Amino acid sequence: MFFQDLMLKLLSYWGEKDCIIMEPYDVEKGAGTMNPHTFLRALGPEPWRVVYVEPSRRPADARYGENPNRVYQHHQLQVILKPSPENVQDLYLDSLKAIGIDPIKHDIRFVEDNWEAPTLGAWGLGWEVWLDGMEITQFTYFQQVGSINCELESAELTYGLERIAMYLQDVDNIFDIKWNRNITYGEVFNKAEYEHSVYSFEKADINTLKGLFNTYENEAYKTLDSSLVLPGYDYVLKCSHTFNVLDARGAISVSERTNYIGRVRNLARIVASKYLEQRKDMGFPLLDKEVGIDE
Amino acid sequence: MSKYLLEIGVEEIPANVIHDTINQIKNISNDLLKKDRLIYTDLEVYTTPRRLILTINGIKNMQESIEEKVKGPSVKIAYDSEGKPSKALMGFMKGHDIDENSLTVEKINGEDYIYALIKKMNKSIEEILSNDMPALIRSISFPKSMKWGGKNLKFVRPIRWLVSLLDDKVIPFNLEGIKASNITRGHRFLGSSHIVIDNVDDYAKLLRENYVIIDQNERKELIKYGSERLVREKGGTILLDEDLLDEVTNIVEYPTPIIGRIKDEYLSLPMDVVITPMKEHLRYFPVVDDKKRLLPYFITVRNGDDRYIDIVVKGNEKVLGARLEDAKFFYKEDIKYPLEKYVERLNNITFQEKLGTLYQKTKRIQKLSCKIGNYLEVGDETVKNVDRAAFLSKADLVTKIVSEFTELQGKMGMEYAKISNENEIVSIAIFEQYLPRYSGDQLPSTTAGSILSIADKLDSIAGLFAIGIQPSGSQDPFGLRRSALGIINIILDKKWNISLNEIVDFALYIYVEENGLAFDYNKIKSDIMGFFIARIRNMFMDMNIRHDIIEAVVSTNIDDIYDLKIRAIKLNEWLKKDGLQDILTAFNRVSTLAVKAPSNEIKRDLLTEDELNLYDSYNNIEEKVLNLIEKKEYDKALDLLITLKDPIDNFFEKVMVMVEDETLKNNRLGLLKTIYDTMMKVCDLSKINKL
Repeated sequence: MFFQDLMLKLLSYWGEKDCIIMEPYDVEKGAGTMNPHTFLRALGPEPWRVVYVEPSRRPADARYGENPNRVYQHHQLQVILKPSPENVQDLYLDSLKAIGIDPIKHDIRFVEDNWEAPTLGAWGLGWEVWLDGMEITQFTYFQQVGSINCELESAELTYGLERIAMYLQDVDNIFDIKWNRNITYGEVFNKAEYEHSVYSFEKADINTLKGLFNTYENEAYKTLDSSLVLPGYDYVLKCSHTFNVLDARGAISVSERTNYIGRVRNLARIVASKYLEQRKDMGFPLLDKEVGIDE
Repeated sequence: MSKYLLEIGVEEIPANVIHDTINQIKNISNDLLKKDRLIYTDLEVYTTPRRLILTINGIKNMQESIEEKVKGPSVKIAYDSEGKPSKALMGFMKGHDIDENSLTVEKINGEDYIYALIKKMNKSIEEILSNDMPALIRSISFPKSMKWGGKNLKFVRPIRWLVSLLDDKVIPFNLEGIKASNITRGHRFLGSSHIVIDNVDDYAKLLRENYVIIDQNERKELIKYGSERLVREKGGTILLDEDLLDEVTNIVEYPTPIIGRIKDEYLSLPMDVVITPMKEHLRYFPVVDDKKRLLPYFITVRNGDDRYIDIVVKGNEKVLGARLEDAKFFYKEDIKYPLEKYVERLNNITFQEKLGTLYQKTKRIQKLSCKIGNYLEVGDETVKNVDRAAFLSKADLVTKIVSEFTELQGKMGMEYAKISNENEIVSIAIFEQYLPRYSGDQLPSTTAGSILSIADKLDSIAGLFAIGIQPSGSQDPFGLRRSALGIINIILDKKWNISLNEIVDFALYIYVEENGLAFDYNKIKSDIMGFFIARIRNMFMDMNIRHDIIEAVVSTNIDDIYDLKIRAIKLNEWLKKDGLQDILTAFNRVSTLAVKAPSNEIKRDLLTEDELNLYDSYNNIEEKVLNLIEKKEYDKALDLLITLKDPIDNFFEKVMVMVEDETLKNNRLGLLKTIYDTMMKVCDLSKINKL
C-alpha cells in the first residue's frame, strides 16, 4: 500500500464514522494534538469527531536524513472521538483491517502508556498500540487539556503513518517508503530533512529565536486580552515551535527549560479557559449534534 | 450453597496495578460481605488484561438470625421536662427506624441508659450482592484512574461490561449505565464477543473455549514451561526475571511463547546493552547458555494461538533489530573516546539549579569520598582508587547509550572504564556507587564502591536539604529517603564505625567551600541528623527491635550507626533478665531529677552519709563501667550499673533532693546527673516501657 493510499484509506474510514475530514492546521507544531481541532475542541461539553493528517515537526529528532527511523518531520494521522464511544477499541481495530492489517495474523497489544504534554497542560491515560512489537498508534483518553479537566472525555488516536507504511511495505528505511507508484518518501523529504537538521542544530540564531519567543509571547497575551482566542492560540503555537528549535539547538539549560515550558503552559491555560468562556457565551452551539449513533 | 461470579470487563489494564488490585478486591469484598452477614467458604480473584474476576463459593445468608442491642442516650437527656422524648432520643429512634416500644433501660456505672433491641432486616443474598458489587467496584482505587464517556465513575481504564451471576441467575445492577448481565466476551481476536453464561460453573470453560485463560497462575506456568521447551531445543535456558514474567502474564489472555533470532553481530556488545532494550522496551526474555552467556535468541509471548506465527516472529525480529542497531551505533560512538573525556561534558548538565552542574557534583563527591576514606583509614591505595572512581563516576551519563537507556547508568560506566584501561577496583566502584538501587538490592562489595556510594548519596542529601528540597509527606522526588537507607545499610554491612555528625559536616562544608552555598548551618545540620535518625528508627523496627529499646539507644546522642545497632541488640537481650522492673524504676527516678541538674559537679564534703553511700558505690564501679563501654560490652556495663539499685533506693528513701538550699539541692542533683551521664553512655533506661 502506497503512503498516500494509507492516508486516504484511514481518512475515508473515519470519515464514514462521522468524523469531519480536515486538512492540517497551517502553523508549525510538534504533534497533531496541538491542532485547534483537537486542543480546543476537546474542551467543554460539545460532541466532536474529526480526522486529519498532521505533519509534525520535532527539531530534536532531526538526523540529517541519515537515520532510518528518525526524522525532523513525520506525519501523524489524528482522530478525535468526543465523547469516546463504547466500542472505540473495536472501531480502531477495524481501521487496521481497512489498511490490510488483520489482527488474526499479527500480535496486537494495548500496552499501558500515560500520555502527558506539559507545554499544553494536558494528560490522559491509554496505551501504545503494538503491532508485532512495534508501536504504531498512541491511544489516549484525554483527562485534562489546557490545565482544565475534560468535561466530556475524548478518545484521541494518533497513528504513526511512517511506521505503519514501513511495516506494510516491508522496508527498513523511512526514506524508502513509496509515496505512490513512482516517488519515494526520500525523494520528497530527504533534502528538507537535511536542511532542517543543519538549521536546527547548527544555524538557528539563538538570540533571534529567543527574541522571537518573547515577541510571540507578548503578542499572544495582547491578543488574548482582547478575547481573540484563535489568533492568540496561533502565537502560542509559534512560541512552542520556537522553543523546540531552541531546545534542539542546545540553547536551553535544564532550569531554563522548566521556565520556558511553564510560560507556554500558562498561555495554553489562558487560551483554554477563554475558549470555554467563548463557547459558553455562544450557548455551546454543537451541544445537540448527534455523532456516531449508528454504531 | 450458592456460587457467585462478578466479572468486570475492562479495556486493557496496566500490568503493574494487578497485584494490588487483587488484594483490594479480596479485602473490600470480604468487608462488605461481613458487614451484610453473608458467609462463604472461599473467595477467589482472577485477572486477565481485560477482566477482573471475583468468585465467591458456598455463600450462605446469615441475616435472619441477627438481633442487636444498641446503646442510646442516657435517660437524663433522653426526655424533656415533660417526659416526652428529647431531640437526642428522637434522633436515636429515627436512626434505627424504631419506636418507643422497642426501648429498654439499663444501668451502666450507676447511670440509666436507653437501649434498643434492633432486628436487622432480613435482606436476600440477591439484594445484598446487587448493592455490594457496585460499591466494591467504586471502592477499588488505582495510582492513576480516569473518567470516560461523561460517566460519574473513575477506574483504571474504561469498564465495558459486567457479569453478575449467582449460580444460574443474573444479579442485576446498573453502574453508571453499564448493566450487569450474564454475557461476557472472549479473546479480542480469537473468541466470540457475545458469550452467554448459563451457570457460574460453565464460566471458566466457556472462556477457555474462547481463548481466555482466566487463572493468572496457569498462564504464568504456560509461559514458563512453553518458553523453556522452546529454548531447550536450542541448548539454552531463559534468563528468568520474576517481575518480567509477572508483567507478561498480565498482558496476555491466551499466551503462546514464540522464539525469534538475534543477529550474531549484536552478541559482541556488552550483555546489558543487548538485554536492556529486550526486557525494558519489548518485554522479551533473553536466552543464555549454561555459563550465562547470551545466545542469539529471544522469547516473546504472543497474546493468541500459533497461527500465522511466522509473521509475528518476523515482525518482532525486525523491531528488535532496529533497537539493537541503535544500541550498537551508540556503543561504537561512545567507545571512540576514553571515559575521562566525557567528564568535562558534565559541565553542560544541571544536577540541580541551585546546586550546580553534574561536573560540580563530581568535584564534590571526589572531595567527600576522599575525606571519608581518610577518616576510615582505608589506606592510600584505596583512597587513590576512590578518588579516581569519583572523578569518573558520572561520566557515563553523557554517553549516548546511557542517554538512551538511563537504566544502564553505572553499568556502562563500569564497562567503559574497563575499556579505557581503568583498574578493576575503579571500574567496579563506578557501578557500585548506585547500590543499593531498591529495597533488598545488593550492596557494594568493594571498599571503594561503598565509600563512593555513601559520598554520592550524602552529597545529594546535604545539598537538597541545604536549599530546602527535603522530602515531605509522600513527596520525595529525589529519593532521599532511599538514599539515606542505602547509606545506613552500607555502614551496617561494612561494620564501619562512623560518626554521622562528622560525615554530614564533611558534606555540608564542601558545599560551602565548592559552591559558596549559604544556608542556616545549624538548622540544616540538625534537620539532616533528624532525617537519618528517623530512618534508623524505621530500620530497627524492621529488624523487630522493640520501639522503646530503639528510643533508649537513639536518644543517647550517639551518632555511630553500627554502634547503635549493637547497643540495641545487646539491650534487647539484656532486658530478658528477671527482676529488672525495680531496677528500671530506680533509674527512672534518677533520670527524672538528673535532667534538672545545672551541672554534674559534686562537692564531696557536702554529702551526708546516705548520699556518700551512693557516691562511693558509684565511684567503685565508674572506671570499670567506662572500660566496658569502651570495649562495647554494653550488656556487662549495664550489669555493673544496676548494682547501684540498692544505694539509689536507699538514697531516695533517706534524702530529700529538692530542698530550698540551692547549694545542697544542686549538689544532690549533681550526684544524680553523674550517674545519669554514665548511664546515657550506654542507653537511656528511662525510655524502656514497663516490662
